Amino acid sequence: MNLHEYQGKELLKSYGVAIQEGYVANTVEEAVEAYNKIEAESGTSVAVVKAQIHAGGRGKGGGVKLVKNGDQLKETAGEILGMMLKTPQTPGGMDGEGKLVSKILIAEDAYRPDFDACKEFYVSILMDRERKCNVIIYSTEGGMDIEAVAEETPHLVHKEYVDPTLGLQGFQTRKVAFNLGLSGKAFKEMTKFIAKLYAAFVGSDASLFEINPCLKSANDDIIAVDCKVTLDDNALFRHPDLAAKRDTSEEDPTEVEAKSYGLNYVNLDGNVGCMVNGAGLAMATMDIIKLSGGEPANFLDVGGTADAARVEQAFRIILKDPKVKAILINIFGGIVRCDRVAQGVVDAYRNMGNIQVPIIVRLQGTNADIAKTIIDESGLAVHSAILLKEAADIVSKVLAEA
Amino acid sequence: MAVLVTKNSNIIVQGFTGKEGSFHAGQMIEYGTNVVGGVTPGKGGQEHLGKPVFNTVSEAVNKVGADTTIIFVPPRFAADAIMEAAEAGIKVIITITEGIPVQDMVKVNAYLKNFDCRMVGPNCPGVMTPGEAKVGIMPGFIHNPGRIGIVSRSGTLTYEAVDQVTKAGMGQSTCIGIGGDPIVGTSTKEAVELLMNDPETDGIVMIGEIGGGMEAEAANWIKANGTKPVVGFIAGQTAPKGRTMGHAGAIIGGADDTAEAKMKIMEACGIHVVKSPADIGETMRKALEN
Repeated sequence: MNLHEYQGKELLKSYGVAIQEGYVANTVEEAVEAYNKIEAESGTSVAVVKAQIHAGGRGKGGGVKLVKNGDQLKETAGEILGMMLKTPQTPGGMDGEGKLVSKILIAEDAYRPDFDACKEFYVSILMDRERKCNVIIYSTEGGMDIEAVAEETPHLVHKEYVDPTLGLQGFQTRKVAFNLGLSGKAFKEMTKFIAKLYAAFVGSDASLFEINPCLKSANDDIIAVDCKVTLDDNALFRHPDLAAKRDTSEEDPTEVEAKSYGLNYVNLDGNVGCMVNGAGLAMATMDIIKLSGGEPANFLDVGGTADAARVEQAFRIILKDPKVKAILINIFGGIVRCDRVAQGVVDAYRNMGNIQVPIIVRLQGTNADIAKTIIDESGLAVHSAILLKEAADIVSKVLAEA
Repeated sequence: MAVLVTKNSNIIVQGFTGKEGSFHAGQMIEYGTNVVGGVTPGKGGQEHLGKPVFNTVSEAVNKVGADTTIIFVPPRFAADAIMEAAEAGIKVIITITEGIPVQDMVKVNAYLKNFDCRMVGPNCPGVMTPGEAKVGIMPGFIHNPGRIGIVSRSGTLTYEAVDQVTKAGMGQSTCIGIGGDPIVGTSTKEAVELLMNDPETDGIVMIGEIGGGMEAEAANWIKANGTKPVVGFIAGQTAPKGRTMGHAGAIIGGADDTAEAKMKIMEACGIHVVKSPADIGETMRKALEN
């Protein structure tokens, strides 16, 4: 689960991590109110307006702007609120539709009063799969695309691995601060910043913290100016307060609906829908579709109970996508009995009445033969198969005829 | 003699009296697996499915000589159950539970290093030695005792491979479902190594998926140490970058995570890589003939 920048900052602040202060606004009126507070607190009329969407590179599409007075604030807030913001990370990239901005953050200008005395760093924390422990990745090259930095100047990207049982040690926070070239007050502030940031990461069961830029300000404070926070969905039961921050308007509406039925669905661009039990087999089925001359329209794992109600919900979800020209159902019945699934398909088909696209059902495993008979004798326009290869061949044939 | 689990394993079930544990323990016993009891804290002294229930894993080790456990405990208590098993002296810990927080597994993984044990999973279908022991949730009847070892990160895709191997006229020595999470107790390479060293295994099917570097590690190990034919498949050739495909661990982070990159490395290491998951069984049969 991803957090918005302003939500991530709330989380960091609750652990004592210094952040670029700001207030979130849903309307221009709220933006003015937020601006007045920031103006009073910072003692300057300069502030930053930041679009709150789940995508990086917001500045490139005009989603982050500096304002110098109240009039500019009003105008800019009006422009950004409600815009379709395109960034390299929104669907389709800079040529795509973009994402609707419905919230903005009015934040202090952390680079004042002396821009030239500031220095931007990069800091992230994540779990390293190879070493099976958390790692702090940091660099002097802040405010830039870290993947490009790692590619071009790998010696400028440092890593600090954290012992899972002992946690982050003092020498490690000092190493980070030294490697970033800091001294005096800024050095001390950085060691505190890293220690608190790590505590926030572990305390919130996060899977990614990315602070870019992490700023050394003119008076040597260390501040999170931006933050990307991803939380571990499996750990949300421990954090009901964080779970409540989920913004489903940022997610694909069909995926949200599928989730409410207990279906694991990811929308893709292709022309052949699929319905499968198990994540690995679902990915393999998508691959089969491609090898048969189609493109997968989705990933859909129906899980362990493929009864009529669930099959019907899955059908409805898949058929919402007008690009779908055929549907491949691939169930390997173990605990799930194939004859029950077959009956589910037949019932769902009859309930829905009017399914226009060809359906290929491949049922293998427990009672596969009975299942094939049920499908074949149903009188419905459904192709049945037992072997995966047969199913693939039918997909090719159906697509050729379409 | 197969690997990890045999007819001589003394197996207990943690989360024995729960819905999942009860159902699958029943299936395991029906298959002929040597289940010697189960653990549910607070229900010690009772009998369930004709087997004794214990309060702690230690008690099960002391009283019925348990050396293997299968864990069905819900996600929020699963890490605790795994550590309890290791501390009690269990040698093979098979964790079926899906949805354990990653940070819990980071700690568990570090803790297990203090003990002489092997963990398989979590988020896996379990381990199966056909004709001897079914320690998992896989359907028993698709398996056939034989000499092909299977290693996989997935559940139903493993069954698909098993079924194809059986239909191609062969059988399985041991099938190891290593699990679909970002942190697993036994890596692809470790599972392949176990089977490579098993005198009763003639060939290995290795099924991976997008995300992480386990398949590349296994492939490089096979190149240096392999003595048996290996057939490989990577699921997720059509998966988009940055999206989690069902399994928590199935996400393309960088260029090395893609199915294409993994298949390329595997091919370069001498593995018989199949593009279509429908070709696993036949390719193994042909590889053994050569």
